Amino acid sequence: MNTLRIGAGAGYSGDRLEPAVELARDGQLDYLVFECLAERTIALAQQARLADPQAGFDPLLTERMRAVLPYVRGGARRLRIITNMGAANPRGAARQVSAIAAELGLRGLKVAAVDGDDVLDVLRQHPDWALDNGLTVAGLGGRLVSANAYLGVEGIVQALALDADVVITGRVADPSLFLAPQVHHFGWPDDDWSRRGRGTLTGHLLECAGQVSGGYFADPGLKDVADLARLGFPFADIDIEGLATLGKVDGSGGRIDVATCTEQLLYEVHDPRRYLTPDVTADFSGVHLQACGKDQVRVSGGEGMARPQQLKVTVGYRDGWIGEGQISYGGPNAVARARLAGRIVEERLALTGVAVEELRCELMGVDSLHASHFGMGGEPWEVRLRVAARCLNREAAQAVANEVETLYTNGPAGGGGATRQVREVLAVASLYLPRELAQPQVHLEQCP
Amino acid sequence: MTRQLHELAHTRTGDKGDTSNISLIAYREEDYPLLERELTAERVAAWFAHLRDESAGPVRRYDLPQLKALNFVLPGLLRGGVTRSLALDAHGKCLGAALLAMDI
Repeated sequence: MNTLRIGAGAGYSGDRLEPAVELARDGQLDYLVFECLAERTIALAQQARLADPQAGFDPLLTERMRAVLPYVRGGARRLRIITNMGAANPRGAARQVSAIAAELGLRGLKVAAVDGDDVLDVLRQHPDWALDNGLTVAGLGGRLVSANAYLGVEGIVQALALDADVVITGRVADPSLFLAPQVHHFGWPDDDWSRRGRGTLTGHLLECAGQVSGGYFADPGLKDVADLARLGFPFADIDIEGLATLGKVDGSGGRIDVATCTEQLLYEVHDPRRYLTPDVTADFSGVHLQACGKDQVRVSGGEGMARPQQLKVTVGYRDGWIGEGQISYGGPNAVARARLAGRIVEERLALTGVAVEELRCELMGVDSLHASHFGMGGEPWEVRLRVAARCLNREAAQAVANEVETLYTNGPAGGGGATRQVREVLAVASLYLPRELAQPQVHLEQCP
Repeated sequence: MTRQLHELAHTRTGDKGDTSNISLIAYREEDYPLLERELTAERVAAWFAHLRDESAGPVRRYDLPQLKALNFVLPGLLRGGVTRSLALDAHGKCLGAALLAMDI
């Protein structure tokens, strides 16, 4: 019942691999958690699974597991891995990890899949249910691709109680991936809202990995961060009360201090008194952060209240196509030539009868990020026209992209570096589900 | 005396659906009261007025004095959210930096 050390091995699906290996090798961790599932990722994974029933889990699963599984049994301390890399196919992912473990000679490794988050069938039985954007399930019709409830800690805790070395989930709330090992290790009761609140706070600080240890922070001259190319990912030492101290492996790049932790504490938070997860209504409003050594911050003051009665469900649906074209202009009068180019594209789309639902025409280097330069812009040396449109079909989206490219020989002087892109829109929206309608299920695989 | 917010504070921007949140954190304890006084929800709403969808609701501010931080929540700013927005920065991750251009 001493302290528990949990490390963050990924903050998103494409994150760097070496910092996770560094943590597994040198971090003296009890748990390594990989958070890899953004809002839309599971809808994309569901599409992949429809095309190939064996697919639908994170494409980097194999690479990550090959790199860290050798440390699961290799050190003085038992290391266990928790990840949502199962995406739309946790059981398929667990089979894949078992196969890798067998290849690596890790006999008897226990790999658990946690699913039950897929509630597509539940939605199909309730065509009148409305999403937060006003559409109904019936209104989406055949465009509906996926519906996954954010599960809490229960399935992971069950898997850990079954002695799983690796737990692979589908959609689980990000902080729950970190709260689950705390609940398992310390035996916190289901209604211990204060400790769950603090454990969720720690999970929230860790879930974006490098974003709390100096990543996404540097502003040269004002906020400098050493050695971002070798950024170390964070871990937390947690006691039975749920109080945590954040740190990272000695010698790794980055920094952990009150400023980096404050930025991450409020990241994607609305009302800090009510941070809703499936496990607790966490209260971050009274959090204190205290530096307690080089790259070490003590976190206290987290609280919690009863968990919400409903689970958030992310619904993925096909929503038309986006066509996009870009072309650059430089030198004297570049902005005027680029603006003319944009007007030509808009006129061409009208002339040729290309139907667009929404169109954006902007200059990268001038107004593409904020639709304004807040009175601070001068004439840039170079700009890049970007035209993007959402269309009902692929042909229209392609026509938008093509019109930008035809500026080469038909538009203003000196355009260069045109690119085109067409992609299907996989949109997401939310609804809330009575929690009993999404029950976690645990499946255990044991390597021979 | 006018100073640019960039000298006084740092920001991080997050997104959930089509709502953006911008945390504003003072570098120095002594500057926090100034931020608390000057950076009202209304002033931040006006700064981003050209991007806002008023029907999505007002800008809200949450104060965390012990962290010398203000958290601004801006509903509707991301116009349909990350997945269907036509914006180059569909997450709106660059928004906080735009706030730092404000003179106070």
